[in-house]
Amino acid sequence: MPVLSGASNVRLVTVKDVSVKLGGHQALNNVSMSIDKGEIVTIVGPNGSGKSTLLRCVIGAVKPEIGTVLKAANLKIGYVPQSLAIDPTLPLTAGRFLSLPHRRPSKAVADALRQAGAEDIADRPMSGLSGGQFQRVLLARALMDKPDLLILDEPTTGLDQPGSADFYTQIEQVRRETGAAVLMVSHELHVVMSASDRVVCLNGHVCCHGSPEIVASAPEYRALFGTGTHGALALYRHEHDHHHHDGDACDHDHSHLESH
Amino acid sequence: MATPVTTTIHTSKATDMFDDFLVRAILAGIGVSLAAAPLGCFVVWRRMAYFGDATAHAAILGVAFSLAFGISIFVGTLAVALAMAITVTTLAGRGYAMDTLLGVLAHSALAFGLVAVSLQHGIRIDPMSYLFGDILAVSKSDLVVIWIGVIGVILLVIWRWQGLLTSTLNPDLAYASGIDPKREQLVLTIGLAVVVAVAIKVVGALLIGALLVIPAASARAVTKSPEAMAVGAAIIGAASACGGLWMSYTMDTPAGPSIVCVAAVFFAASNLVARIALTR
Repeated sequence: MPVLSGASNVRLVTVKDVSVKLGGHQALNNVSMSIDKGEIVTIVGPNGSGKSTLLRCVIGAVKPEIGTVLKAANLKIGYVPQSLAIDPTLPLTAGRFLSLPHRRPSKAVADALRQAGAEDIADRPMSGLSGGQFQRVLLARALMDKPDLLILDEPTTGLDQPGSADFYTQIEQVRRETGAAVLMVSHELHVVMSASDRVVCLNGHVCCHGSPEIVASAPEYRALFGTGTHGALALYRHEHDHHHHDGDACDHDHSHLESH
Repeated sequence: MATPVTTTIHTSKATDMFDDFLVRAILAGIGVSLAAAPLGCFVVWRRMAYFGDATAHAAILGVAFSLAFGISIFVGTLAVALAMAITVTTLAGRGYAMDTLLGVLAHSALAFGLVAVSLQHGIRIDPMSYLFGDILAVSKSDLVVIWIGVIGVILLVIWRWQGLLTSTLNPDLAYASGIDPKREQLVLTIGLAVVVAVAIKVVGALLIGALLVIPAASARAVTKSPEAMAVGAAIIGAASACGGLWMSYTMDTPAGPSIVCVAAVFFAASNLVARIALTR
């Protein structure tokens, strides 16, 4: 459901007929997709299906062999990488990390940390943060530029179930507060299905795309995710059949765990 | 009347000369340490210690070329160090096994360089002075070249600092912010080549790597930000240069290795201090 009325048609990124070869392997084959202002688009797909490569095309780290990636003029992108291995020889506090690549006043740093749900840790070394705090600091850094588009590559890798649920809630909140569009890769299908406006199912090529409902019922999607999706699908229907409050969230997690 | 005056002049001249070569050596040592410090931090953070060695070892080949073609040693070593660094960077991007590749390139360049130097008939040069440096023979014009290089490198690193740091953390973070990490890598490569070219006379090709890595690693133990680490490395490097020269002067030890010995003592000391502070 688009949040920003009127502004929702502004196209931020258009990926058109993109093919990428990485080390002799065809990572992306004739992929097209787009992101509009304010929407949440999730890319799902099995390992090695080119999800990260597609994101890296959008940020400009990978140049497509064929095809084009068009970005709106002056588009500001906030990027949260899948992981960030900081060498132990590099002393870096969370606050200093947020001042990369542009120096920021400490108030702006504190604000971004608060917005990402990681208050009062600006002076802590990055190496001393918990997994959840670390991901939030990555998110805070991505928010520093007041981005039009937030790109997240499996942002909850290494977080436990509650931690990951918290993190997605945080992203949803950030989207509400800033109006930034979100493009993310995720493995957590139940979250994807409940929180996305559109889903792109990728396996080298675009298998199917559209609203979560359409994608979930597409035979291509079922073929890819097989039995593993049954629980998530059931949960997804459950979530959408019933309007739920915060208190219901526990039931969701519970039923999801049972479904595994 | 005339005799004492002459003696005085003679003595003061001797004192001047004596002062001069030691002062020149100290200025050269401090200069190289200041430029090596921030680059050394990046060498440590990016785990490219071998890369510094390869570039430095290739410089010997540069010495041979300089002698053969009658160009300045600085220009020759700079050119070969740069060529080596760019070759390594390019090959690394193509997925070669890095440590093997560097092992092959670094030692081959060193060996070819030494052989090429030995083939220079008619020119008497001592390869030892390029392997271990000859800081006490630094001339005034050497000093000018060294300090121009040093100031150039420091300005370059300060100018590109934020981009370099972002690319070092993660190339994709850099791309997303509109920074080209390959360009930053090139900045680092050029800076390293310049440091190698100016440092070969001071510590020699074999110990340039030590001057890059040891002060930075020593500063790591006692600092909490990248900037503090770079400044700390500069201070430790400069102190090592002074201490090493003093050691060389008082104990008649070779200057380059003495500087590295003092730096190694700093490394042990700073890590010890950090350990003690941690257990308190």
